Amino acid sequence: MSATIFFQQLSNGISLGSLYALVAIGYTMVYGILRLINFAHGDLLMVASYTAIYAVTMFSLPWYLSFPLAIALTGCIGILMDKVAYKPLRDAPRISLLISAIGASFLLENLALVIIGGIPKGFPRPEIFAKVIEILGVRVQVLTIYIPIMTLVFLMALLYIVYRTKVGKAMRAASKDIETTRLMGINVDRIIALTFLMGSSLAAAGGIMWALKYPQVNPFMGVIPGLKAFIAAVLGGIGDIIGAVVGGFVLGLGEILLVAFFPELAQYRDAFAFVLLILVLLFRPTGIMGEPITDKT
Amino acid sequence: MLEVKNLHVYYGGIHALKGIDLRVKEGQIVTLIGANGAGKSTTLRSIAGLVRPKEGSIVFQGTELTALRTHQVIQQGIGVAPEGRKVFGNLTVLENLELGAYNRPPQEFQTDLEWVFSLFPRLEERSKQLAGTLSGGEQQMLALGRALMSHPKLVLLDEPSLGLAPLVVEEVFETITTINRQGTTVLLVEQNAMAALHVAHYAYVLETGRITLEGTGKELLQDERVRKAYLGE
Ligand SMILES: Nc1ncnc2c1ncn2[C@@H]1O[C@H](COP(=O)(O)OP(=O)(O)O)[C@@H](O)[C@H]1O
Ligand SMILES: [Mg+2]
Repeated sequence: MSATIFFQQLSNGISLGSLYALVAIGYTMVYGILRLINFAHGDLLMVASYTAIYAVTMFSLPWYLSFPLAIALTGCIGILMDKVAYKPLRDAPRISLLISAIGASFLLENLALVIIGGIPKGFPRPEIFAKVIEILGVRVQVLTIYIPIMTLVFLMALLYIVYRTKVGKAMRAASKDIETTRLMGINVDRIIALTFLMGSSLAAAGGIMWALKYPQVNPFMGVIPGLKAFIAAVLGGIGDIIGAVVGGFVLGLGEILLVAFFPELAQYRDAFAFVLLILVLLFRPTGIMGEPITDKT
Repeated sequence: MLEVKNLHVYYGGIHALKGIDLRVKEGQIVTLIGANGAGKSTTLRSIAGLVRPKEGSIVFQGTELTALRTHQVIQQGIGVAPEGRKVFGNLTVLENLELGAYNRPPQEFQTDLEWVFSLFPRLEERSKQLAGTLSGGEQQMLALGRALMSHPKLVLLDEPSLGLAPLVVEEVFETITTINRQGTTVLLVEQNAMAALHVAHYAYVLETGRITLEGTGKELLQDERVRKAYLGE
């Protein structure tokens, strides 16, 4: 393989890893507080992509308004999802919560199917994201550069909130012990809503960038990236934000480089992710960064 | 200040509290003693709104607490140091204290912090350390300090001496007396009846969900039944 192609693949891997990381953060944050794998999380990529499409095509908004709008709306849908599907089950056994998550996922997918239809829609890709530039003699899509940069910006904002603000402190406390967090006079329901807002917004940002990269939007477009991001979160150590990011990059780079070095394995790309999941669960269930998985009392 | 009337609590089919009545007067240390499983923690948890009583009322300074959610109860001016300390081990000592001050005006924070550090100088030395790395006694001090950071009118302490070395126990009880003298009313749950009765103005004995005895700390220290059952004579 030539250095040029290697460099191209590397940048592809980084940008794919960024997307996995953005989506994985939502899984890990919600799991951190509620010990719930929110299986409907991946579908938020689809929700955000459609919202962005309609904002651009029906309301003729420019991309720099419609994308943030789609991110904000999807964040609110995340809160709504918690209110409708999970909040009524706070005291129920964890398995009920999981079933509710699967239900929420099917609901979102089939709602999109009924309202919008199953025919894939093209994503309106603004000119500035379609350009191809040359860096050190290597031709890359600008998107491949923008995605990691945007991811970094979102990540810094997230880490700032979680580690430097009062609500962030409350989030970290709630992920340790919800009841004692309440004893601090903190309205934990609000903290949970905020967690859904943040996780869902990041998934939305990931979804829009995904749609820019692969501009075909359909009601099930969130399923595979969602599962991959879930694997990334487990790989990094579920519950750990930095872990989710590391897991996302390991998975993204791993997938792309596997195909780059062994082109004959290209069809097994998805299988690679799932084999990795099984291996992690078998040999290191706490993931790369993980502390021991504990049941909350 | 606090008045609990005819409190009944069930855990599923278990009738854990069978009509509890108790009062805490402003400025006092009131203790609730009893054996393991008597219902002491359940009483505190009902006051804090962590369990919902089936019957009865809890009035704090004219406000009915049973209708409120936990964070609202705390906002009335109640601080809680729960059973088993429950410090946030993944946060630093300082962050734990900051959480205790969650609803305090930010300009009060420094004063409150200095007050808590004056009570527990050890916490100041360790303020940057993760709470999970503290010793048991230090964690208990952090739990007390965290409860005091909201500058509560009333603190609920659930077995603060549990599992501590005798010297540390003494230190904890001294601090309880100190904060009381400085104006904080205390409702103290204890299995360590001897120590609790010595510091308390008034005391209740709880047995399997019922109050069986009450009186001033001195009275109960001399009571035949208390001496037999709780002071090991
Ligand atoms: N979450 C719970 N579920 C079921 N039973 C409980 C629960 N918590 C306490 N109990 C029962 O209620 C009774 C009182 O418990 P508790 O208030 O913890 O006693 P204490 O604090 O005096 O040791 C005990 O019989 C205990 O087994
Ligand atoms: Mg107890």
